[in-house]
Amino acid sequence: MAYALQQLINGISLGMIYGLIAVGYTMVYGIIGMINFAHGDVFMIGAFTALITIVLLLSGGMMEGPGAILLVLLVSMSVTALYGWTVERLAYRPLRGSFRLAPLISAIGMSILLQNYVQVSQGARVKPLEPIVRGGFEVMREGGFVVQLSTIQIMIVSITLSVLAVFTWLVTRTPLGRAMRACEQDRKMAALLGVDTDRTISLTFVIGAALAAVAGSLYLIRYGVIDFYIGFLVGVKAFTAAVLGGIGSLPGAVLGGLLIGLIETFWSAYFSVQYKDVAAFAVLVMVLIFMPTGLLGRQEVEKV
Amino acid sequence: MSQAAILSVEAVTMRFGGLTAVNAVSFAAERGAITAIIGPNGAGKTTLFNCITGFYRPSEGAITLHHEGRDTALHRLAGHKIARAGVARTFQNIRLFQGMTALENLLVAQHNRLMAATGFGIGAVLGLSRYPAAERDAIDRARHWLEMTALLDRADDPAGSLPYGAQRRLEIARAMCTEPALLCLDEPAAGLNPRESEALSALLRSIRDGGCSLLLIEHDMSVVMGISDRIVVLDHGAKIADAAPAVIRADARVIAAYLGEGDEE
Repeated sequence: MAYALQQLINGISLGMIYGLIAVGYTMVYGIIGMINFAHGDVFMIGAFTALITIVLLLSGGMMEGPGAILLVLLVSMSVTALYGWTVERLAYRPLRGSFRLAPLISAIGMSILLQNYVQVSQGARVKPLEPIVRGGFEVMREGGFVVQLSTIQIMIVSITLSVLAVFTWLVTRTPLGRAMRACEQDRKMAALLGVDTDRTISLTFVIGAALAAVAGSLYLIRYGVIDFYIGFLVGVKAFTAAVLGGIGSLPGAVLGGLLIGLIETFWSAYFSVQYKDVAAFAVLVMVLIFMPTGLLGRQEVEKV
Repeated sequence: MSQAAILSVEAVTMRFGGLTAVNAVSFAAERGAITAIIGPNGAGKTTLFNCITGFYRPSEGAITLHHEGRDTALHRLAGHKIARAGVARTFQNIRLFQGMTALENLLVAQHNRLMAATGFGIGAVLGLSRYPAAERDAIDRARHWLEMTALLDRADDPAGSLPYGAQRRLEIARAMCTEPALLCLDEPAAGLNPRESEALSALLRSIRDGGCSLLLIEHDMSVVMGISDRIVVLDHGAKIADAAPAVIRADARVIAAYLGEGDEE
């Protein structure tokens, strides 16, 4: 019982990170109907930016308290948002109106480019980071097993929830969010009503990248090890989460992220750690076969 | 072109491969008037409309909007800039944002004004004080048009769940929320029953009396003859008549185009 509770706590905090990234996949899919395969690497850029910022703060002796973590998040979000914007501007916008596969191939190219760029500029070795957030609570004790809720896990959940709350408000209550939803439903019509659709799409990438940066920073602080290649696996899992939740659905992305996090954690806990990725991807295959629209996805209606 | 024209179309030709859908059509839409474009099926009405509203780029010719002392070459503008220049349109097959509420549909149409008031989105994020006032104005304008189109009680319903006639009216309300100088309507009476058509005619007249010029394609002759100040008749991509309704009604070429002149189609 205690063991399962611990796994639940671990699974939720991991799932939150997947959820944040999955939102970026699902948003871009919703608005321009493409899978942004470079999104996982944008997450990796976010993690690296956070690492560099933390190392700078540590060397200045200023890595203290929640203010410093907030600063790390803000720096990572701004820098990564700029990357997100640039990727869209350089690799996707020129291909808009081209055949459907073109931006997809371009996205894969962008993914490889970002990986290699970080490998060259930051080195190929794994980057460790000493734990910067310590401590936690003892939730319960059963026999010899202690259920721990660490500060970092609380931090991940609370930061993710507040970021998602702001994001939900942005999408449902602001003119920008309305424009994004309008573009998602009928881009040409939105343009005819005076909405600058190119800028709306750019902002979608910027917001998605900022969310991925939050995920990257939290991932770094939680696991303390990153390398230039983390974007691939985490990205594909977040993509799985987006598909599981129903691609195009924002609440679906968060739900999918949580489920993938839980599946992966429980699989590692009760079956085998080596096969945890297989469990996650088996879910992707099952969803694609039996429930292609996902849990909260809409039925694709053929436009005539 | 005369001072009174809001829109001048000069020798516009639109070709699709070997097919000439619109052939050197020129006309002017008068300011503060309702101009109708009629013609048999396949005459090129919708193609011409698509050229005016930026869906197509005409192969030849010029389309100029005369608004607020400026001449804007519409045939050179990108989609969202045409709306900003002062042209709005509705569609024969309704294109509302089905998943958004009626009110939200009208707010999207005021996106530019809201974005400008909020420092292009950044202000909205930071919660600048100018934003609530701008949003209130936008909602007031939306309510005004919902009232004009008798949709006020459906404001919070998803647009896709409204009955057909209501969706047509909502599309007009949405177009009007962009505060256009010229409203282009593609078969606004299609699928409406006689009572609804009459209400539509009244609505279009009140829009005209409010200072907006109208250009419409319509098949329903009772609507066209009842509200138009001027009628342009197209046939096989060319203009065959351009006059007041009473003259059009008696025009031999128009009657021939509609009834067929013995030529096998």
